[in-house]
Amino acid sequence: MDDLNVLAVLAGVLAGASPIVLATMGETITEKAGLINLSLDGTILLAAMVAFLVAHDAGSLGLGFLAAALVGAGIAAVVGIAGVYMGQSQVAVGFVLTLMCRDLAYFLGNPYSRIQGPRLAPLPVPGLERLPLLGSLLFRHSLLVYLSVAVIATTWWYLYRTRWGLELRAVGENPQAAHARGIDPKRLQLLHALLGGALVGLAGGAFSLGIKPGWGRPQGAEGMGWIALAIVIFGGWHPLKVALGAYLFAFLQVLGIPLQSWWPSVPAQVFQVAPFPLMILALLLLGLTQKDTLQRWADAHPRVRKLLRSIQGRAPRALGRPYRQE
Amino acid sequence: MVAAIVLVFISAILVLAGAPVLEVHGLLVTGAVGSWSKLAQVLRVWVPLTLCSCGLLYTFQIGLWNIGVEGQVMLGAIGATAVLRLGFDSALPGAVLGAALVVGMLGGALWALLAGLLKTWGGVNEIFAGLGLNFVAQGLILWLIFGPWRRPGVASMSGTEPFAESLWFPTPAVWRISPHALGLTLVALAATALVLRHTRLGLALRAVGGNPSASYLFGLKPGRLMLWAMGLAGALAGLAGTLQVTVVYHRLIPAISSNYGYLALLVVMLADYRLSWVPFIAFFFAALNVGSIQLPLVLQLDSSLSGVIQGALVLTVLLIHAWNSGKAGTRWTT
Repeated sequence: MDDLNVLAVLAGVLAGASPIVLATMGETITEKAGLINLSLDGTILLAAMVAFLVAHDAGSLGLGFLAAALVGAGIAAVVGIAGVYMGQSQVAVGFVLTLMCRDLAYFLGNPYSRIQGPRLAPLPVPGLERLPLLGSLLFRHSLLVYLSVAVIATTWWYLYRTRWGLELRAVGENPQAAHARGIDPKRLQLLHALLGGALVGLAGGAFSLGIKPGWGRPQGAEGMGWIALAIVIFGGWHPLKVALGAYLFAFLQVLGIPLQSWWPSVPAQVFQVAPFPLMILALLLLGLTQKDTLQRWADAHPRVRKLLRSIQGRAPRALGRPYRQE
Repeated sequence: MVAAIVLVFISAILVLAGAPVLEVHGLLVTGAVGSWSKLAQVLRVWVPLTLCSCGLLYTFQIGLWNIGVEGQVMLGAIGATAVLRLGFDSALPGAVLGAALVVGMLGGALWALLAGLLKTWGGVNEIFAGLGLNFVAQGLILWLIFGPWRRPGVASMSGTEPFAESLWFPTPAVWRISPHALGLTLVALAATALVLRHTRLGLALRAVGGNPSASYLFGLKPGRLMLWAMGLAGALAGLAGTLQVTVVYHRLIPAISSNYGYLALLVVMLADYRLSWVPFIAFFFAALNVGSIQLPLVLQLDSSLSGVIQGALVLTVLLIHAWNSGKAGTRWTT
């Protein structure tokens, strides 16, 4: 491969990862606050459908993305209110919403199947786009790709460098203690569910108005919500590691394209499931690092231990458990 | 009250979609129970749905989210198809069908145990293990249909070559539904009731599900019990897949599981994890599925409306449940 080719692949990874990055950052924020929003797969599809429908009818991409974010926040509100305020199982509510939102998207989006609609155009950054190498890699993308990179940095900064971020992590780890310090855990969890949900909604718009333009059954974004949920675990709930996971995933997807031409007799649908065994494998590797025998062995080998520590991430302690005031 | 809320919600959705509200509701009813042949079609959906729901009771009992039930149905179908292909010219078609049942159930059970082992040994959450394996199973079916098991001539999405009629479970013309399938489902219901209520295994599953850490004190091994629950659930899902092949389609098709596994999760949730409600809710959900088949034909609407109704029902019940039990009512938190 020559330089240009490598650059084209990397630029493709950066663009292709943008919806996953948005979704994983949204879920990272939500889960850091201690709430699981399992509805990602359905949320992304419903938001994708609404984004396309609104952008098509209103002729405005901006309104399309706004609608997508609102859909995402709305679904997250159901998970948040049911899970945080009513004490219902977050997993149960999220799972039902996953299935229901997907079907709702197919049902309402039916008239908009396979029609032409607006899509995001590249927005080269004046001046910077002419830079050798870096110009084509970084500065000839659509607005959404720049946004996705900015969201990674902002999420990290928000979680680790602001007071709200500190409070959010405190609630995710120990809501009782946070409450004793004068924080309202429920309100904070709900607000961050909304924020995270809005980002997941944007991810839906990023599919239907960006990298997989249009609507249909199937849209092509099916299953991506589950991948995003797995990447959050893989990244150990740390925004930078999660983002790395998202780019790694996009990279493997791009690598998979030439594979298909090697086995032309195998239908494309078979290759479409490839991300999922990969997801299991990644989670398995992560799970195995937590095994006692490996831990003991690593304790005797400082370098290995350091490596393990860097891979491992720990779930927020109160994740999935509704806070109850005592 | 639940029915009223869902009716209003669905009507609002229909208005939003610009669909004739009354006509849709009417079509759903007549499309499901309007004639004996429609009713028989509902029962054909009821069979796999009830079998999967029975299986899920074991895994829910011990607190596992067995989302992989969808893939377990597919592996059951693959196992059964493999046996029927091997025994296509056997002089004893009855024995071949019997073997297909056993291998189908084994296929489902092994696929479930794989997810179970990933959980107990590999530390992979069963939701992700199961879901990932569902996609793998789907890929496996497509690969088989387009690869080793393709039709002579041209491989297509219509599935493998149909089996000889001697390898079908018989369906009496007046019945329009296989008595074998109905009988096996009733046996599964009875067996599940027996195991969950009257055996040590059922008690142990409940004990671990209620409090995994305390169960150690009673000498129960949560890991091993989880594998038992997964294995039983997978076997029942595998049976569902086997019947899809031997009773309904008589060949392997890409959509052999028809999302009945995912739907069964909703059935069990709506039944509040109680076996006694499962057959009735499964029947209702099957009726919705069959009724909605008419929507695209008559009104050019997408048949996924049934899924929206089912989801809305479960969601409403979950919310009302939580509301009634106050802010302290949690049962299945991970």
